[in-house]
Amino acid sequence: MNFDLRFPIGILFTTYGLILAGYGILTSGSAIYQKSLGTNINLIWGGVLIAFGLVMWIFAILGRRK
Amino acid sequence: MDSNAINLTLIDYSILAVYILVVIGIGFALRRNMKTADDFFLSGKSIPVWVTGLAFLSANLGAQEVIGMAASGAKYGIMTSHFYWVGAIPAMIFLAIFMMPFYYGSKARSVPEYLKLRFDEKTRGLNAIAFALMTVASSGASLHALAALMHLLLKWDYNVSLIASSVVVLAYVLKGGLSSAIYTEVLQFFLIVLGFAPLVIIGLNDLGGWTGMMSKLPETYAHSWKYMGTTANPMGVEWFAMVFGLGFVLSFGYWCTDFLVVQRAMAARNMGDARRTPIIGAIPKMIFPIIVIVPGMIALALTSKTGSTYHIPNGITGETDFNLVIPSLIAHYLPTGMLGLALTALMASFMSGMAGNVTAFNTVWTYDIYQSYIAPGKSDSHYMWMGKFATVAGIVISIGFAYVAKNVNNIMDFLQLVFGFVNAPVFATFLLGMFWKRATGHGAFFGLLAGTLAAVAFHGLSSPSILAAGETIPWIKGAWLGAHFSFTSSMAQNFWLAIVAWTVCFLFTILVSVATARTKTDEELKGLVYSLTAKIREENEPVWMRPAVVGGLVLVAAVILNIIFW
Repeated sequence: MNFDLRFPIGILFTTYGLILAGYGILTSGSAIYQKSLGTNINLIWGGVLIAFGLVMWIFAILGRRK
Repeated sequence: MDSNAINLTLIDYSILAVYILVVIGIGFALRRNMKTADDFFLSGKSIPVWVTGLAFLSANLGAQEVIGMAASGAKYGIMTSHFYWVGAIPAMIFLAIFMMPFYYGSKARSVPEYLKLRFDEKTRGLNAIAFALMTVASSGASLHALAALMHLLLKWDYNVSLIASSVVVLAYVLKGGLSSAIYTEVLQFFLIVLGFAPLVIIGLNDLGGWTGMMSKLPETYAHSWKYMGTTANPMGVEWFAMVFGLGFVLSFGYWCTDFLVVQRAMAARNMGDARRTPIIGAIPKMIFPIIVIVPGMIALALTSKTGSTYHIPNGITGETDFNLVIPSLIAHYLPTGMLGLALTALMASFMSGMAGNVTAFNTVWTYDIYQSYIAPGKSDSHYMWMGKFATVAGIVISIGFAYVAKNVNNIMDFLQLVFGFVNAPVFATFLLGMFWKRATGHGAFFGLLAGTLAAVAFHGLSSPSILAAGETIPWIKGAWLGAHFSFTSSMAQNFWLAIVAWTVCFLFTILVSVATARTKTDEELKGLVYSLTAKIREENEPVWMRPAVVGGLVLVAAVILNIIFW
């Protein structure tokens, strides 16, 4: 079966990361972050998701080369 | 409840929409691979092992599990980890090392089919019918819980949530069969981890770290074993019932024989991968308490933090509802954006729980009931068609069960009770079947019946609490034949019920087997029974790939965790 799940995982989480980080930049300093103890959790976690998504992409591409 | 009502914005909705697009996209991408019935039902045995391993774990990680374990964390603390380190890891390792060779090696396409090969048609029929009913009922329960929660939190219409989530599941299971369900379960696994981790991080920060949280919780919440034998034990379960009832009978009965989880391992590419599947699942399972139990403990600690307005919300009945721990923490800590991600994770786990049940149901229905009793000897494409029909039917019946659950009080408790009776003895049948070649079909069938009847009788004779003179309890809790055995909690009653049912089934199977003639020769049982099957040679595999070695290491790690949190 030539279906590699790492691509959809990569797509899903980089998309989520971009949405969250983008929204985090737009709302930086907003009162909505009182809930999360003053940290801009959208920006930080968006970055984590982008990194995770990219790692999945890299593994998928390396796997295809083999 | 108003303080916990959640308002979603466009950002949150777009996160949910992206998830739905991706899972339906996966279903359509897999459509070309669905050429034969085996592709649809068994994924053509072609799925990589890291995927089957995470799906094996994730199939059990439905939303009810996530919500229930957090509730239990708030009620009992670290003691809840028994459901992981005692009630799951050993059984998963046992399945990998000792049982998978027979499931995978026998070429059975389902767990009931193994029973047919090993014993006879009637034992298979009993198991297949009970299992098929159980899967559609729990898929309905999952659906009902999703729609009820979305109504409570987001004020979404119950009927719309119900139908919309069914249509999404239907779309991807119909297109991609078991493969779709498995791939989606892995997505859901990552979503749960990455969606809930911020909750734990922010919560612990808020409380001043682990020690800060513990200082606001009762002393019993910090230990898994220390208070087991004392009256301070919040679970009311003593160590024997915990180890033998939960750790052996219930846990092995579920992880080693439930087709829903075993099906994931059977989809692996080869025997080695099938055996490594449960072990790969066991590694994250060990640390999962951080994601699912700790939020419950955070919630309880938060209620006694000075200056905190948080409280565990009341449910529909007006009493504190521990099942709302996770949703209320999400509402408390997560702003728009992260909120959408966490809620999407929760919805994804409801939907993939439903998809898992539906894919197990369509396989057992088509192979073990339809092909065996109703229409044998048809073409492959006919069974594939039937599988798709069973998928639609399974979802329609689930919707029916969801409405029954909504309108008939206690019906799900009743069904859970019945399934408990049927499931409690089942591991005795598999244990004897796999490790004692003298066990016969009659022995297995009548042993199972006797075990189930013993469970029913035990329920009638026992009570979950010590009753005062003249005090009565609803029959669904037991004691409808009089409270002859009293326990200190319904969990203890339940574990003892399992112990009794298992023991009766075990002894009865042996007695009937000895009294009846063998119907299968040694030759026929090759590949099905331990003593008649060639041992798997794994000397050629690197040490770190051998199931016995890796499984042993995982067990040692589980023991260490128990000692750390003693």
